[in-house]
Amino acid sequence: MSDILNISRRGFLQGMVTTGALVLSVRILPSGLLAEPAAYAGTHADHATLHPSVYFGIDTDGTVHIVAHRSEMGTGIRTSLPLVLADELDADWNRVKIEQAIGDARYGSQETDGSQSIREFYDAMREAGATARLMLIRAAAQQWNVPESACRAELHNIVHASPIRKLGYGELTLAAAKLPVPDKKELRFKPPSAWRYIGKGMVSYDLSHLVTGQAIYGMDAHMDNMVYASVEHPPVLGGKIKSYDDKAPLQVPGVRQTIPLDTFKPPHEYQALGGVAVIADNTWAAFQGRKKLNVTWENGAHAAFNSDEFKKEMQATARKPGKAVRNEGDVDGSFAKGGKVLEADYYVPLLAHASMEPPVAVADFRDGKLTAWAPTQDPQATQDAVSKALGIAKENVVCHVTLLGGGFGRKSMPDYIVEASLLSRKVGRPVKVVWTREDDIKFDYFHAVAAVYMKAAVDDRGMPTAWLQRSVFTPIPSTFDASATYGGDDELGMGFTDIPFEISNLRVENGPAPAHVRIGWLRSVANVYHGFAVQSFMDELAHNAGRDPVDYLLALLGRPRILDLKATKYSNYGADYQKFPIDTARLRKVVEVVAEKSGWGKRQLGKGRAQGIAVHRSFCTYVASVVEVEVTPQGDVHIPRVDTALDAGLVVNPEITRAQFQGANVFATSLAMMGEITAKNGAIEQSNFNDYPVARINEAPRENNIYIVESTAPPAGVGEPGVPPFAPALCNAIFAATGKRVRALPISKANLKA
Amino acid sequence: MIRLKVNGVERSYNGDPQMPLLWYLRDVLGLTGTKYGCGMALCGSCTVHRDGKAIRSCVTRMSALAGSNITTIEHLSSSGLHPVQKAWMEHNVPQCGYCQSGQIMQAVALLNGTPHPTDQQIDEAMAGNICRCGTYNRIRAAIKAAAGERA
Repeated sequence: MSDILNISRRGFLQGMVTTGALVLSVRILPSGLLAEPAAYAGTHADHATLHPSVYFGIDTDGTVHIVAHRSEMGTGIRTSLPLVLADELDADWNRVKIEQAIGDARYGSQETDGSQSIREFYDAMREAGATARLMLIRAAAQQWNVPESACRAELHNIVHASPIRKLGYGELTLAAAKLPVPDKKELRFKPPSAWRYIGKGMVSYDLSHLVTGQAIYGMDAHMDNMVYASVEHPPVLGGKIKSYDDKAPLQVPGVRQTIPLDTFKPPHEYQALGGVAVIADNTWAAFQGRKKLNVTWENGAHAAFNSDEFKKEMQATARKPGKAVRNEGDVDGSFAKGGKVLEADYYVPLLAHASMEPPVAVADFRDGKLTAWAPTQDPQATQDAVSKALGIAKENVVCHVTLLGGGFGRKSMPDYIVEASLLSRKVGRPVKVVWTREDDIKFDYFHAVAAVYMKAAVDDRGMPTAWLQRSVFTPIPSTFDASATYGGDDELGMGFTDIPFEISNLRVENGPAPAHVRIGWLRSVANVYHGFAVQSFMDELAHNAGRDPVDYLLALLGRPRILDLKATKYSNYGADYQKFPIDTARLRKVVEVVAEKSGWGKRQLGKGRAQGIAVHRSFCTYVASVVEVEVTPQGDVHIPRVDTALDAGLVVNPEITRAQFQGANVFATSLAMMGEITAKNGAIEQSNFNDYPVARINEAPRENNIYIVESTAPPAGVGEPGVPPFAPALCNAIFAATGKRVRALPISKANLKA
Repeated sequence: MIRLKVNGVERSYNGDPQMPLLWYLRDVLGLTGTKYGCGMALCGSCTVHRDGKAIRSCVTRMSALAGSNITTIEHLSSSGLHPVQKAWMEHNVPQCGYCQSGQIMQAVALLNGTPHPTDQQIDEAMAGNICRCGTYNRIRAAIKAAAGERA
């Protein structure tokens, strides 16, 4: 386990804590709390006897220490990547200990987002495991004085067939460690038939801790002499303190002091927002003190931001010519020929991540160094942001990664860790910054608000002869360049420039939108609104043609082929297009599988019920979902069932993958049915789960069936790709059930009364 | 001075009587298995048992707890795992796991009062507990399995 848990197991007493008027009793730290901000001395893997790779080491007792360098937020990556290494090593999983890496460039990217951990590190993990296996085989062969080829690895032993003998990995580590690390070219990988864990999977390494309250999240991190902070942020992005009065907060028992924090200088990037921090002896006192703060703000230019007006502006922009980012055939000429033209405007509002654990961080600045313990998706970005904010070298920032109580992209942005770091320097002791739920909702890096315009000319069979789609959204680049209004190639490549339909005359455009709040990545990112618009419009065209949507969708996907996107700037999620091309045969396949499994068109669904379909490729994974909906005469929407078929290439951990897609369907239920963030005079209007609801057990799809399509393609993403097809499939089902087309999310705002 | 029992241990508290139980558990006693999620009894992450019944510790003031017997996730079972925890593991319920202490405490309270809940009863009992990872289908299955185990 991580250092955190190792320390925890010692179980020790913490002395008397005196807190102003509160005198707290002697406390016993539970298992898992951090003891000290000890200087970082490397991983267990680093200190192991055999250590051919930064990712793991083997001790003489046979313990295999594997480093999880990616962050665990519920996707199981802390289990699944080590599992790949353990398989190629032929290690006994029961003798594997996983430890969490600090932020350190030697591991390569630790940016745990973009559903890319397995895709990017599958080969590296296999190479690491195969390297040590070969070294152990060579060590055994030398001891037995037999050729290497007479030895093989078998579950933590090297065995020799005749005469029968074996040596354990632990016994061989000393000898193996003396051998040169073999060249990559010498490595031999296991054939799939010999895999123990890949494709079979394993439950989460942390499972027992997760059900017993022992798992340590950022919210649970602790340092000796730590104080607690709660920060009143400027209600409008970029706002500054005009004046503030802290007399009342300082009267609150347990409150120690208040500290003003400078507002960031644009672009905001991952800087702290600014505001007034209340420092106290416990979280509650900090929250109470903060409520009594009286701050007068200088709001600045973003105070003119109002969501209703902004929506109209965006929709108007989406109706004007934009910047073409993909252009094939003669779109304008084809539209000019006349014939039937269909148009539609889709809209997806700002969304908040609302992970169950709000942003939180513990930071300790001393002797020019900063040590942080935090739930972060990107400890290296944290190092960068903190070093910049404190003016210290990146090497002097040690970022320990706790478990994350959900991330969904929010915790890729380490502003809250920067905030804790600045405060620790000012207070002169460890500071734990705890964001309230209200802070989390109001001061998120929101999912972009988007208006998408779709237009198609159709022939007499209802098939498109010309297609124009234009997307307008507050772009993520605005977080790094305050003047950015156009989408990045990566955002536009999320289900938009890569539209897979076989249409001769096709143009994809992007229009500008300024951001007045912080914009960031949210699970599946731009695929949310692009998938919603494209797959809803597909269904509109199918109904216009009088055709079954599954048949029509297959017709639009066209011939099985590899999409040629050479003429566009297509980033393909950072993946090599040769290795991860867009293959319409795989899109067709998931459509066919989900149609069959869901009983598309074959089941009697009853009054008010219907199915809808959508397909979407994202993060190099192909996903089709059929949502079954029931709309009551009062207009209430229930989701009795969803079926999802996916082709993610090789799936390392099938059970966890199914769980990810089930979860994606629930996450998407929230954004489709009820999610909406709005601003008035620049300030966010929502605050907590009462006004920013997310799906509950009675609102989530009752049946949530996941089908993994067997594939030998290289492994792609599984954390995010389940999200995009759900909302359009749901709205398509609602249309089939009611004849009402929902083009603006959330559905809760639509009137679906019979 | 407020006297109460937490996980079988007698405690006395003489701090701010308005402080919710959640922060007493977490910041004073260091029992961090109980989570903060919303502070308004909207999400259920902070669910603990008071005299066997599920309560939201984030809105329950210390002043209301004199003589109470509080049980948290850390002390759900005195001998190994509680059947509900076992069912949670068998069904691979947790993803990030942050809400699961609250989910489990809520499910145990449900099953204590209603050993064989219907889907409707599960909905009613569990609708106050949010899981943002979306583990609801597995929560339902685990509750049913735990109910079966008790039969």
